[in-house]
Amino acid sequence: MTFIQFLFIFFAVILVAAAMRVITVRNPVHAALYLVLAFFSMACIWLLLEEEFLAIVLVLVYVGAVMVLFLFVVMMLDINIARLRAGFIQYVWVGVGVALLIVVQLYLVFTATSSGLADAAPPVAHGAGYSNTEELGLILYTDYVYPFEIAAAVLLVAIVAAIALTMRRRPDTKHQRPSEQVAVRRADRIRIVKMPAEKKQ
Amino acid sequence: MIDITHLLILGAVMFCISMAGIFINRKNVIILLMSIELMLLSVNLNFVAFSYHLGDLAGQVFVFFILTVAAAEAAIGLAILVVVFRTRQTINVAELDTMKG
Amino acid sequence: MNVSDDMYSIYLWTVLAPLIGAIAAGLFGRVTGRAGAHWVTIIGVAIATVLSFLAYKHVVMDGAPGFNGTVYVWGIVGDLRLEVGFLIDELSATMMLVVTFVSLMIHIYTIGYMAEDPGYQRFFSYISLFTFAMLMLVMSNNFFQLFFGWEAVGVVSYLLIGFWYQRESAIFANLKAFLVNRVGDFGFLLGIAAVLMYFDSLDYATVFERAPAVLGATIEVLPGSEWSVMTLTCILLFIGAMGKSAQFPLHVWLPDSMEGPTPISALIHAATMVTAGIFMVARMSPLFELSDTALSVVMWIGAITCLFMGLLGLVQNDIKRVIAYSTLSQLGYMTVALGVSAYAAGIFHLGTHAFFKALLFLAAGSVIIAMHHEQDMRKMGGLWKYMPITWVTSVIGTLALVGFPGFSGFFSKDAIIEATHLSDLPGSGVVYLMVLGSVLITSLYSFRLMFLVFHGRERMDEHTREHLHETPAVVTVPLMVLAIPSAIIGWIFVEPVLFGDYFGSAIFVDPDHDVLAKMGAMWPGTMQFFLGGFLHSPFFLMVLGLAIAWYLYIKRPDLPDRLVGRTQIVYDILVRKYGFDELYQFLFAGGAKELGGALWRYGDETIIDGLVVNGSARAVGWFAGVARRIQSGFLYDYAFAMIIGLLVLMSLGLFVYA
Repeated sequence: MTFIQFLFIFFAVILVAAAMRVITVRNPVHAALYLVLAFFSMACIWLLLEEEFLAIVLVLVYVGAVMVLFLFVVMMLDINIARLRAGFIQYVWVGVGVALLIVVQLYLVFTATSSGLADAAPPVAHGAGYSNTEELGLILYTDYVYPFEIAAAVLLVAIVAAIALTMRRRPDTKHQRPSEQVAVRRADRIRIVKMPAEKKQ
Repeated sequence: MIDITHLLILGAVMFCISMAGIFINRKNVIILLMSIELMLLSVNLNFVAFSYHLGDLAGQVFVFFILTVAAAEAAIGLAILVVVFRTRQTINVAELDTMKG
Repeated sequence: MNVSDDMYSIYLWTVLAPLIGAIAAGLFGRVTGRAGAHWVTIIGVAIATVLSFLAYKHVVMDGAPGFNGTVYVWGIVGDLRLEVGFLIDELSATMMLVVTFVSLMIHIYTIGYMAEDPGYQRFFSYISLFTFAMLMLVMSNNFFQLFFGWEAVGVVSYLLIGFWYQRESAIFANLKAFLVNRVGDFGFLLGIAAVLMYFDSLDYATVFERAPAVLGATIEVLPGSEWSVMTLTCILLFIGAMGKSAQFPLHVWLPDSMEGPTPISALIHAATMVTAGIFMVARMSPLFELSDTALSVVMWIGAITCLFMGLLGLVQNDIKRVIAYSTLSQLGYMTVALGVSAYAAGIFHLGTHAFFKALLFLAAGSVIIAMHHEQDMRKMGGLWKYMPITWVTSVIGTLALVGFPGFSGFFSKDAIIEATHLSDLPGSGVVYLMVLGSVLITSLYSFRLMFLVFHGRERMDEHTREHLHETPAVVTVPLMVLAIPSAIIGWIFVEPVLFGDYFGSAIFVDPDHDVLAKMGAMWPGTMQFFLGGFLHSPFFLMVLGLAIAWYLYIKRPDLPDRLVGRTQIVYDILVRKYGFDELYQFLFAGGAKELGGALWRYGDETIIDGLVVNGSARAVGWFAGVARRIQSGFLYDYAFAMIIGLLVLMSLGLFVYA
């Protein structure tokens, strides 16, 4: 067994264990932290596969943004932890059973000779100067520029949607309404009152 | 070199763990959302594995976009969760059944 | 067309004139008013009569070739042509003349008889419509139109029997007539179907041409028993005739049909509709001649009807019922004549019977009017002083009916009796005795009627007697007009009809069966036959009947009741009409009601409503109730369903479509 394979197994074990703990811990904060661990392990595996850009992006985006967001929400919602775990046992076996079945079936799919995986050429090992980031950039901004733009639009939509869903207006905040300011007319602001001139006679 | 079958099986195991998580988790919607993130992660592993073994960068580009969309989806999912919590004061999935037939 | 357009128009207008009259009086009765209704229908039927006479003159008297052609193609179904067509030959021309003439007399008579009835226009419309239907029947040249006419006269008969529809007995009677006719029509329709199946055509000419070819064919009716197609077809057609002409056992409707007004009893149930069956068998002579079995059946049914229905006439107290049973008996005579292949004699008796029976019915109607609608003979008596014209014409009619030598009935009835005597058909000997016996019975009940109604002690109440007088001219003139042919038509027609070539090719008689030819060989001439009539057994039987009737009803009027006491069982059987009415009522009417009730309760309510209609709704509701639970509202359940779906699909992919 080579060193790389050993590392792979090491990280894979951590990954699976972390995933199991995500779904079985009581405390959602702990679950979020285990999920972070799972992401880190996955990033390490991807490093082994010479995809360092994606590994870094996984950590930055997923762990850095999405998981932080999860933690924000978990802590914002006032959750009573004690009530959450009753009645676990009855349905766990059904779920586990179905999951095992699916694993077995997937295994059968992967090892089927018709998939042709076994005959594929072994992967090319790149030299030291290989930059995964540069390769990805070259193809991303030329062949895949259209999906790239659409991804940006998706993110914009997500922002707008999230804000629109959760925004609450406080009744007593004062704020300016520029549209009304601009739409003002002279008649709304000025009223000429005729008064006779006063003079000493 | 890492065998592709190992990678794929690892992905399959992750996927099933997350499916079990969706089904087992009756009390906490947040854990449900986390299981969905795990699912996406396993799919990403699949793509990366194939990209590595076939030498085709398209797999990695796809992972790139999956990450993007998954982030957006997580954001919106959590926003919905927050609103649901505001109206129903609970995140217990077993209590969110007003759409039943 | 192989005949001049004039004749074609004559034939066409013969049929259309009564129809137009019927429509005018029926649909526009309120516009025309009572007088208008009777004028328009009488003009229609008068035109038909005149044109029928012209047709008769053309075909029979002048001997021109008949007409056989299509008037209108109603529809074409594959190879089958359904057409309206006319076949005008000696047979149909004779029938046309008889039908239209008697109908005209009835129309005129009705002016007087139905003068106070609120349904005046409706009645005229119906009898005109009947004339149209009967003409369509006798003029037809194919089975399809024959069946149309057949059904149409049945429908109009139904309408007319139930003319006073608010009377429950009338409605009972008209439904009974229609349903019994239906039974006959069912057989008739099967016969027509057999004709279509084996002869491949509904046109008379084609069928008759192909008849000898079909002679050998057999059909397996019940598994293992092969029947001759010709016999089966003829018997089925005769079943139709049995229904229409009220032969045993489908005779039960005719006495009940006396519920209708007397004019229609005269028109339909004496002269025309009931003779449709006789006409049909005569028309189908090329087919019947090829089946001895069918001819035997015809003969026997006729003989049974003739004798046993006559016996029933002896115990009736209603004047119209006596004449009704007399009609049944005389129809039996005609049927016997057809059975022994003396078709010409049968048609001849049909013609003479039309006249004298219509006469007798109209005379009975005259009596009924005078007696203020009293029909019970026990309350009449001694009417000859008050209604001389009715009495004289009744005497003439009765003498014709009983076959007194010289009158028309004598020639036709004695011809039938002789023909039966000469026939070789198995059982014709017994049948000969039966028809002879019927002569005695006929004489007995006819003179019983005469003595009870017109002679003897006056048994009506004082009030009625004061108002007794002869009926108006519209009533008595038809009587007189009908009395003339009843008296003399025999003299004129016996030789040409029976032994001459009167019917030409219209009637076909197999030489082996030709009894009329044998009779013709022995024919001493009309005058000799008349004189010899006084020496023949029928005459003695008739005189015997007259003597017995005179003794029982004039000399010793107390005797009949005592005789009834002595022969109570026989009397009861006769009064209950051999129990046929009860049997049919119980078996068929009751059975049909029970079946209908069972089908309704079980088939309709339980199965169709409960099981299929409501049951399917309940099943849907039950299933929906079960399926509803899938929508639990829980997110994890829906996700689980997706996972299970995925599992199934993967299994399919892996193991089934590997």
